Amino acid sequence: MKIENNPRIESYDDMFKRVKDNDEGAFIPFIVAGDPDFETSLQIVRAMLDCGADALEIGFPFSDPVADGPTVQSADIRALNSGMNTNKGFEFIRRIRDFTQIPIGLLVYYNLIYKMGVNEFYRKASVSGVNGILAADLPPEEADPAVEAARDNGINQIFLAAQTTSNQRLEKIIELCSGFLYVVSVMGVTGARSKLKVSTVELVERMRSHTQLPICVGFGISKPEHVTEVIDAGADGAIVGSALINAMTDNLDNPESKVRECCHIMKKATQKSSLSRCE
Amino acid sequence: MIADGKFGIYGGIFVPELLIPALEELEGAFIKYKDDKDFNAELDYYLREFAGRPTSLYYARNLSEKLGCKIYLKREDMLHTGAHKINNTLGQGLLAKYMGKKRLIAETGAGQHGIATAVVGALLKMPTEVYMGSEDVQRQKLNVFRMELSDAKVIPVDSGSRTLKDSINEALRDWISNVEYTHYLIGSTMGPHPYPTMVKHFQSIIGRETKKQIMEKDDKNPDVIIACVGGGSNAIGIFSEFIEDENVELVGVEGGGNGVNSGKTGATLSVGTEGVLHGSLSFVLQNKYGQINEAHSISAGLDYPGVGPEHAHLKVTGRAKYVAINDKEALHGFKLLSKYEGIIPALESAHAIAYLEKYVQLRENKGKTIVVNLSGRGDKDMFLVAEEMGEEV
Repeated sequence: MKIENNPRIESYDDMFKRVKDNDEGAFIPFIVAGDPDFETSLQIVRAMLDCGADALEIGFPFSDPVADGPTVQSADIRALNSGMNTNKGFEFIRRIRDFTQIPIGLLVYYNLIYKMGVNEFYRKASVSGVNGILAADLPPEEADPAVEAARDNGINQIFLAAQTTSNQRLEKIIELCSGFLYVVSVMGVTGARSKLKVSTVELVERMRSHTQLPICVGFGISKPEHVTEVIDAGADGAIVGSALINAMTDNLDNPESKVRECCHIMKKATQKSSLSRCE
Repeated sequence: MIADGKFGIYGGIFVPELLIPALEELEGAFIKYKDDKDFNAELDYYLREFAGRPTSLYYARNLSEKLGCKIYLKREDMLHTGAHKINNTLGQGLLAKYMGKKRLIAETGAGQHGIATAVVGALLKMPTEVYMGSEDVQRQKLNVFRMELSDAKVIPVDSGSRTLKDSINEALRDWISNVEYTHYLIGSTMGPHPYPTMVKHFQSIIGRETKKQIMEKDDKNPDVIIACVGGGSNAIGIFSEFIEDENVELVGVEGGGNGVNSGKTGATLSVGTEGVLHGSLSFVLQNKYGQINEAHSISAGLDYPGVGPEHAHLKVTGRAKYVAINDKEALHGFKLLSKYEGIIPALESAHAIAYLEKYVQLRENKGKTIVVNLSGRGDKDMFLVAEEMGEEV
């Protein structure tokens, strides 16, 4: 059954409306499926859900992740070494669907989609309960097959937009994008940073002037201050990846505990103008 | 982007959105300057006075007599820094300068492209940083030293397999982060559009010279052109002028490694499958889920799990043929040319020589006129070859 008609799965639209009604932004944690192994990463996802995740971003590991910094690269390697692959990734999503209805987005590199066959990948994603797919290295120029497969399988195709994206390109991206627009807050790869360089307010306002789509900010969002900053700037959600992976790997004997703590604090930071600390 | 950068279905622009403005800017500058009189006058000057062009099309008489055919060697090995790489680094380096970029970055495997970039950085007074897998840094200390002498900074890459493909990943990450003032000088006819087209443009001087020279000597095209293929820049450079001349057979020779079915090979077009790596759709070495495999070849320049997209197109359309020569055969080719012609080829180019010998063993190929693109010289490979031969130097 297609996601959009499936009463057991919350759509992105409903989720963003729900958090907005609470006067919050969405907290969207990211994890690489199978990092450090299948069962542990499933436990981590449970912890994220317990601690206020409004939606999930799940990465399928890739051998050559050019848009990712060292933290996600290492996570990818751990996951691949633990035997993760595309089919097991979909199994991972199915297992998550046993205990949550919130939106699940996939973050992948295009070769994983291409190798499986674009339509087959989207079909499997849909069956396993995925809401949206973002391919990090798939700009609109190359996206027609993916967008078509997404439409056929009731999946939202999500795109990246950055500070350097011209208004003209932005229009093209928005035409193809659904679910939400993933706005990159820094000029660089994923990874924890002490400061967000770009003026987030300006960036979000410019994006907002072009689209009604929900806007989520990611890349470099590693502190609760960053989360508050992007939500205050008018974004609908904040995506946190490397900081949570670091929290997990800091304590691989008990990876859950720090992740729980960090998620709590990050979620709290999505309440407008609330500041707290996550060390 | 103005063009889609496709060769048939191959090529394209598979990169994160953050890089698109840089690629658009680069495409615009390339289109603007590639036919610009001043730009070309300056590039010609450096190619002639700094790099040593034109290179000769040398009639290899001894080898021709031995093998029973007419063999010409296009002597790219005579160029400054020892290989064809300098054609492209001068072109792109100058383009970066015209674009007002302040910094060059490059990836390198064995170090040849790194050196060719480093000297251009010194020549054009542009700070240069070269990403090199930490495995390769260990194996190629001499080349690291050469780059550093030209004031380039060599950055060891510890991620992934710590070889060429990982140094490309790292250079792309650097470029994503510093795109405003940095030019990423890609060393082969690969990567996202406009790189495959641009690198071909700067390397096509090999083909243009070859055509002019063979016309002067023989007043007709050769029967066949043989060139080694890693990413494929020397091959596309010499092929480019002859692709339209359908009576000229084009052969690309890949690094077979331990054998194409051994799992330790660099023969991407021979045993790879279609996939997206480093910005373009081409053939890649990968597993059934699309994870990229490590490549293997005795020659670092052929040790890459991808290949330029135009080669994929030339293969599937049948315009060019691609074969593999394994490590052992390449060593034989290395010794053959050294012994009969007094020319020590790079191990990459030795693959083309080794295939030449196989090619003329077929009776129908006897007496043919053959051009081999001798893409580089073997100085860099002395220690490795000595070790393989069990000699101490």
